[in-house]
Formats: sequence, C-alpha cells, structure tokens
Amino acid sequence: MLKVTIDNKTVEVAPGTSILDAAAKVGIQIPTLCYLNLHDLNIENKPAGCRICVVEVEGRRNLAPACATDCADGMKINTHSIRVLNTRKTVMELILSDHPFDCLVCAKSGKCDLQKMAQDLGIREIRYQGEQSHYREDTSPAIIRDVDKCIMCRRCEMMCNEVQTVGVLSGVNRGFEAVVAPAFEMNLDHSECTYCGQCVAVCPTAALTEVDHTYKVIEALADPTKVVVVQTAPAVRAALGEEFGLEPGTLVTGKMVAALRQLGFNYVFDTDFAADLTIMEEGTELLTRLNKYLAGDTNANLPILTSCCPGWVNFFEHHFPELKDIPSTARSPQQMFGPIAKNYFADKIGIKREDMIVVSIMPCLAKKYECSREEFKVNGDPDVNYSVSTRELANLIKLANIDFHNLDEDDFDQPLGESTGAGVIFGTTGGVIEAAVRTAYEVHTGKTLEKVDFEQLRGMEGVRSASVDFNGLELKIGIAHGLGNARKLLEEIKAGTSQYHAIEIMACPGGCIGGGGQPLHHGDSSILKARAQALYREDAGKAIRKSHENPFIKELYEKFLGKPNSHKAHELLHTHYFDKSNQITIE
Amino acid sequence: MENLKRVDLIFGAYTNEKYKVLESSMSKSSEEIINEMIASGLKGRGGAGFLTGMKWKFTAAEKDPVKYVVCNADEGEPGTFKDREILTVVPRKVFSGMAICGKAIGAKKGYMYLRGEYRYMLPDLMKELEIYHEHARRFGHDFTIEIRMGSGAYICGEESALFESIEGKRGEPRNKPPYPTVAGLFSKPTVINNVETFVNAVMIMKYGANEFKKLGTSDSRGSKMFSVSGDTPKAGIHELELGMSLADFVNEFGDGDTKAVQVGGASGFCVPRKRFNDTIIGFEGVPTGGSMMLFNSSRSMYNVLHNYLDFFEEESCGQCTPCRIGCQQLLKGIVAVKKGEKPSSYLDQLLKLSDTMKITAKCGLGQSVANSFASIVENFKEEMIY
Ligand SMILES: Cc1cc2nc3c(=O)[nH]c(=O)nc-3n(C[C@H](O)[C@H](O)[C@H](O)COP(=O)(O)O)c2cc1C
Ligand code: SF4
Ligand code: SF4
Ligand code: SF4
Ligand code: SF4
Ligand code: FES
Repeated sequence: MLKVTIDNKTVEVAPGTSILDAAAKVGIQIPTLCYLNLHDLNIENKPAGCRICVVEVEGRRNLAPACATDCADGMKINTHSIRVLNTRKTVMELILSDHPFDCLVCAKSGKCDLQKMAQDLGIREIRYQGEQSHYREDTSPAIIRDVDKCIMCRRCEMMCNEVQTVGVLSGVNRGFEAVVAPAFEMNLDHSECTYCGQCVAVCPTAALTEVDHTYKVIEALADPTKVVVVQTAPAVRAALGEEFGLEPGTLVTGKMVAALRQLGFNYVFDTDFAADLTIMEEGTELLTRLNKYLAGDTNANLPILTSCCPGWVNFFEHHFPELKDIPSTARSPQQMFGPIAKNYFADKIGIKREDMIVVSIMPCLAKKYECSREEFKVNGDPDVNYSVSTRELANLIKLANIDFHNLDEDDFDQPLGESTGAGVIFGTTGGVIEAAVRTAYEVHTGKTLEKVDFEQLRGMEGVRSASVDFNGLELKIGIAHGLGNARKLLEEIKAGTSQYHAIEIMACPGGCIGGGGQPLHHGDSSILKARAQALYREDAGKAIRKSHENPFIKELYEKFLGKPNSHKAHELLHTHYFDKSNQITIE
Repeated sequence: MENLKRVDLIFGAYTNEKYKVLESSMSKSSEEIINEMIASGLKGRGGAGFLTGMKWKFTAAEKDPVKYVVCNADEGEPGTFKDREILTVVPRKVFSGMAICGKAIGAKKGYMYLRGEYRYMLPDLMKELEIYHEHARRFGHDFTIEIRMGSGAYICGEESALFESIEGKRGEPRNKPPYPTVAGLFSKPTVINNVETFVNAVMIMKYGANEFKKLGTSDSRGSKMFSVSGDTPKAGIHELELGMSLADFVNEFGDGDTKAVQVGGASGFCVPRKRFNDTIIGFEGVPTGGSMMLFNSSRSMYNVLHNYLDFFEEESCGQCTPCRIGCQQLLKGIVAVKKGEKPSSYLDQLLKLSDTMKITAKCGLGQSVANSFASIVENFKEEMIY
C-alpha cells in the first residue's frame, strides 16, 4: 500500500491507483471532463486531454492530471490551491472560447457535461477571444455530428474503437483543426458506422446527438386522417423515469402507457409482444437447426446467432459479411411489430395500411436507421414510420405538459400489448437467449420448465458462456454485449473453433438498457445495472413468463400466420442480409 | 575566435574504420558501458538534456526480456539541420551508437525514425545498414536495426508520439509517467536518443569518458553540433565546445548588427543583445538542441513570433486543451494587439496564458510555447504593439 496526502488528508491506496480515485476515497471530488469510467463494464477513457483535473503535486514543476497520474508513496497533493483554481479556470475558459454559445437552443442544454462544468467552476467571462473552429455538419439516418461542439474528449473514439471495434471515429487533422471524424473525413452514412449510438451515449456535449423526430411525431398525432399506433421497447420502461428525476431502476411501465395515451396515440402497444413473436420465430429456427445437427447433418449451420439488434446486424454486414448466413433471419421486434400492425391489426380495425402510422419508442439509435431500410418498406411506406428514443419520448411528455409523477398507471391495449416476462428481459444482455431457452426447452423436450430463471445467463461480463441441460443434450450458449466482445465470438466461428449452439449478441454494452437512445448515464455504470435489475423484476412479476404461452401470440398464429416459420411468417417476419463490406464510399 | 573552441569529434576521426569501436565495445560488460556513459556526463542532444548514462541505466535495470533502442532522427525543430549532416556523413557512427546501447541495455532490436523529408537518404542508409548487419553478425552481436519513415509531423519527434507512430497509430504524445525507460515502444522498456547523442556515445567509447569530459563545463560536458542560420555570413553546421557565452558566439557568427538570437528553435528562448554577455549556451544557461538563429535589426520580432505561433498552432497534435486552443489564442491575441483591436495590456493576459500552458500542457510542445512567447514579448514589447 502507498500513503499519500491529499489536501492534508492522508489516504492509503494500492499501487496503480490514480490521484483521482485516491481523492475520491477521502471524499474529494476533483472535477473531470474527458475522463470516463464505466467500472462494471470495464470501459475507461483516459486520454488526459482536457486538463480540467489538474492538481499540484509537491516537487513537480508542472501540474498533473489527476485522472491519469498514479499515486506514488509519500506524494503530497493539493487539489484546490490558488494556482490550481486559476489554472483550471483558464483551461475551462479556453475550452469555452472554442465552443458555440448555443446553450439556449442546444439539444443537450441541461444535460451537458460542459455546461455543468462551466457552472461548477463559476465561469462568468471568457477572457480569451480568439477564433472558433468550424466544421461541416454531418447528418445520417440516426446520428448528427455537430463537430463545432466537440471538445476533443475522445470518448466517442474510445467507444467506437476499443469497445465496439468498429473503428469509424478517430482523431484527424492537427492543431486547432484537430477533430474526431470518420476516416478520410467522410460522412457517417458513408462509413462503416453501425449506428449503435455508443458514441452519442458518452458524448459530453451536443457534438453527437440523435436525429430528432419529436416534431414529426407531433405532426402525425395532430393529423386526424391517421391512426397512430405506438410500440414501446422493453428497455424504455426501466429508464424513462430517470428523465423525470426518479431513481435509476424505477419501473414506469404504467405511467409510460398513461403518458402515451395522453399524448394522443390511438393505440398503445408493446414491443414486448413482438419480442415474444421473435422468440417463436427465432426459437423455431434454433430447434430446426439443432434437430438437423442431432440428425447428423454437418451443414446444420450452428451456432445460430440472434438477430434482434440492428446495430449488430449493421456490424456483421460490414465487418463479417462472410458470416451473413449464420444469424437467424428473424427481424428485430421493432420490425416484426410494424408489419403485424400494418397488416393484421389494420385489417382488424378496418383501415388501410397507408392510414396507419407506426411510431416506436426505442432505447436505440440503430433502429432509426433500421426502419428506414428499403426491405422494410411496402411501396415506399415504411412498416415503422418513426423510431424515437427514450430521450425523445421524455421530451414529448414534457412538451405536452404531462405531469408524469402524478399519472395513474394504465395498461397496454390489446392484442398487441400483451406480453410475457420473456419479452421484457429482451432489454438486457442475456435476456433474449434466456427467453429463447424458456420456449425452446419446452418445445424440444415436451416438458414444463420447473424454474424459468436461468441465472447462469445473466450478468455484466462482456463475454459469457453457459450451458443448459435440454433433457440430456447440453445446449451451449454464448453471450456477448458490446461489438468488440461480439467480434471475439465471431473470430472463433470464422476459425471453426466455436463451441456454441446459440449465441446472443447485443451491440450495446449491457444490451438495450445501455442503448444509444437511453437517458444519459454520465459515466455511472451502476445505472445500467439498476435498469437490468428492474427488467428482471418486471419479468418475475409477470403472470406469464414464456413467449409461447402468450394468448395473443397463439391467436395470431391460429388466425393469421399459421405456424412459426410458415411461408407467411417468412414473408412478414424474416429478412435477409447484405454484404456491405465494399459499400464505403470515399469522397 | 579565441573564446570559441571548434571541435571535430562528430565528423572527425575513424570515419573509415569499419565498426572498430563497436567491436571493441563488445568485450565490455553492460555495466562498464553504462558507467562510462555516466562518467562522461553526456546529456541528450535532442533538446531535453537528460543524462544519457542514467537513461541507459534505468532501462538496463528493467526486467522485461524485450527492450528497444530508438534513434530519433525526426529532426523537425525549425532551424535545425545537423542530424541530416550527421546521417549523411557518419551514419556508421549512429548505427554503432545504437548497437552499443543495445548491448548496454540488453535489447535485440533498434529502430531509427527518420524524418519524412529525409527519404532521399534511405538508399545510402540501407546500404550502410547492410554493412552494419554484416559486422554485427561477424562479432556475434544480436542486434538488428530497422528504419521507419516519419510522417512529416513535427510532433512525431516527441518521443512518445514517435512510439505511437511506429506502432502504426496517430502520432500523439502519451501521458507521462510512465517514461520510455519503463514503457516505451510497444510498451517495452526503451532508450530513445537523438542521432547526435548516439554518435557522442561512440566517441566516448573510443576516447573514454575522461577525454570527453575535458570539453565543456561541469553542467555541459563535451561539444555540440550547432545549426547556425538567420542573419549570419557563416550559416551551416559547426561543432563547438559547450559552455561558451552567447557574446562570443555572436562575435564569431553575427553580421555585426545582431539584435537577438533564438536559441533552441521555435521551442527555445529568444535572447536580446543586452543579455548576450551573461548568457551561457549550455544546460546551465540556455540549452539548445542545436538551432541558433540570428536576427539583425532589420527583422521584426513580431513577425518572428507570428511565424513561431503559426507553426505551433498547426503542429500541435490537438490532443490537449491548453495547446490546441492556447496556441491559437496567443496567435490571434498578438494580431489583435498589433492591429489595435486589443489594448497592450492584453499582452499580459496572454503571458499568463502561456504560463498556464507551460504547467498544464500534456507534452513538451505545448509546455515550451511559453519559452519563445514570453522571451520575445517581454524583450520586444514595443515591436509587438507598434
Ligand atoms: C514537440 C517535440 C519535438 C521533438 N522533436 C525531436 C526531434 O526531432 N529530434 C530529437 O532528437 N528529439 C526531439 N524531441 C525530444 C524527444 O522527445 C526526446 O527527448 C529525445 O529524442 C531524447 O533524446 P536525447 O536524450 O538524446 O536528447 C522533441 C520533443 C518535443 C516535445
Ligand atoms: S454509432 Fe457506434 S459505430 Fe457508429 S460511430 Fe458511433 S460508436 Fe462508432
Ligand atoms: S464528439 Fe463528443 S465524445 Fe467525441 S470527442 Fe467530441 S465531445 Fe468528445
Ligand atoms: S443493443 Fe439494443 S439499443 Fe443497442 S443497438 Fe442493439 S438493439 Fe439498439
Ligand atoms: S501539448 Fe500540444 S502537442 Fe503536446 S499533447 Fe498537448 S496538444 Fe498535443
Ligand atoms: S479529466 Fe483528466 S485530463 Fe480530462
């Protein structure tokens, strides 16, 4: 152990502890801006670039960045001497001097780490008045880059490269012109971006934001000729409350439904219903391939990979096109819901497809892109018209002056609002495969599960493996969240060394609870854990916890689809993938 | 020229001998080599002036079986062109120095990071490298050298940015500590030295630390290659004993009208005439990586500073706030004062800013902008305003 003195307080720390962490141990919060640490997910950004966290270390000529300086035995540190305070203020003024003064109309206002830091440090004037750097705006189907607001914290770059291993964003140019941009400074929609939105999730400013459809949704709601149907993804209910000041992990399912109804949606449905449907289709595919395999077919195409995450689909289309026949062909729940609403349900209520608008509330930015894909349109009419994030929904609720806290809880409409516990846990890493196992087990073995909780599939470890006893057959399951972790499992498949029968992949660390459209976690990974626990709580409280027992799913098959993987199901609920490895265009 | 001593260590002697010093050094132990280096008092010739022997000793003490020797031949400091000469005239000495270092610290692999603009030298260097490898094999020294081309960025001369660049990443300085002696190239213990430092090491092995120590002062042992430029009739490379006064230097190299000398390039200090007498060129006074730029009274020091700031603003890697934005603010600031858009008191504000950059910037580039900025603004304030 090392002994260091920080602001006259003595603290013992293990070697390798940063000054920042040592100070926190004795209750001293040193301000940071570029630094980010999602402890539970092993994600750290430590470029030591912003220099906001500088402190005085006795005996050193220069100040030291607390985030990136390890303690040494006997170190004496001062975190708030006049020299430190003046310096920190100057550094902050420099950052602000190169930042647009757009706060009044900025998408991030009120949630911006830079704005908060300026307040915390009491900045009232900016003494240095040089220039501001300018860069063109870059809009894609899901993400807007407003580089003028970039403070070069490099969090996005770390996310995109180290965590996601997509490698789209990196530092380019030198000096005052240095920015983070896609390679060759091309636009995002010409890059290999997966739209996972993890860069957006960590950007401290509005340099990276989602494409905002709030007003398009308001317009649709105001159009008397349209029936507007909304679906809400599982992870939304576990996070939306945070936007209204509730504790992370507070479930607000009933209030969310009530708010959506007040907003004027004609039908409030649940993507969880579509998640149950996904399980029916994907689970059936798994069992088909498994039976082939058990019958000795060497081309059984195992492991099967889940396909419900569009960020992940984009990833393999660009990076592993040679594996594009391995994932399940089942569409994501969002895209299963669309055609069921616009065919089955529209028919049921006697309206034409064109007269229905489907809005989805998603924790996800990739779904904004997904719903714009050509294969999910009929004569130009998208199955899902608008995909809005949890954050956008919160804005909608606030715009409509809805008193969220005092809403009475309400229930989803039927039939597309009925769901099981299996559908709920889709929102967290491990949940999709657990849901699939619940159904596949019973279908395969013909037995009833005594215990539906598969604890071995849960957790926050980036790559997990577990096995489930399928009546003597040991079903081997792999789980990865975060695309860098997914890459590891894919490399194994490519090398022919994969030991799994089924693999679940989610693009976002933590799964959808950590999606790019969720309320900002500001670097606190315990929030993600709380959200996951909330979903497991909701699952545990459900009367029905297996997808195939959802009565409305049964009815849908009986009356409309026939059997899982039927011709009709294929037409409406499955998709195909593209080799996009050559689709990068360099301007 | 009585107070200036010209020396001919670097280019002189032994140019044609085939790796004799290297061969004789092979019979010495690691400790013997390192002790000789420490005894010589040699300090790095790349600018920072760290004791070379200590650098080798720290690296030798690391337990890691993989270590590297890196020769910094990125020579990017404005007004410096001595490494180019050394590599052209005595590449053999440079490779020998690297190989001796390899022996001393227990490294098997060396890299030379060659400035992009020096690509034309590559064929000759490769030829010499072949000869080196033959000789190394002949006396059983398991140490190979590879040349990597720089990308034309000044910042890649900074040691940790240089490592990043060799590793195939964007050339950006790392946070320090850890220092290269602990975690350098590929995060392995690494000695990185300037081209000239390696040549000095060879000469120390040849003549012994005692001979070397006879030159220079107690703080600045030996001689140094100077790149003399600007308003001088004797522009070019000159090897001089360290520890001379700037007055003596100007006597020899000035054009009779010298008003200031920029010692150490853009990141060095500007010394005005009134300080020539009491300025020692060496680590006890004003250190230099070799660049000596003379300005006569026809020069506008405002323009000189403007050029330097332009250079820094463009060459900063852009990674840390104080340097990325600070350089630009200093540049725009002096322009605004010159144009009368800001009061002259704004210069004091800018001086404070440069002070802040010195103590907060992540690497030597941002930290040393204040050197030229403060020394020019403070000494030539009228030229900044009017
Ligand atoms: C911005 C910057 C540029 C540098 N460029 C060079 C260079 O071109 N050549 C060099 O030898 N050292 C350069 N240095 C110094 C190196 O970081 C390092 O200190 C030196 O190579 C060590 O060698 P020495 O101990 O032999 O001087 C530079 C430092 C900075 C901060
Ligand atoms: S959305 Fe994901 S893949 Fe695209 S740039 Fe951001 S982190 Fe990278
Ligand atoms: S875009 Fe955002 S996250 Fe990325 S470096 Fe800029 S400010 Fe940081
Ligand atoms: S993990 Fe969820 S939120 Fe993230 S990209 Fe996939 S579907 Fe979207
Ligand atoms: S001081 Fe300048 S060159 Fe050095 S790391 Fe910071 S921005 Fe880059
Ligand atoms: S938080 Fe430490 S340098 Fe940015």
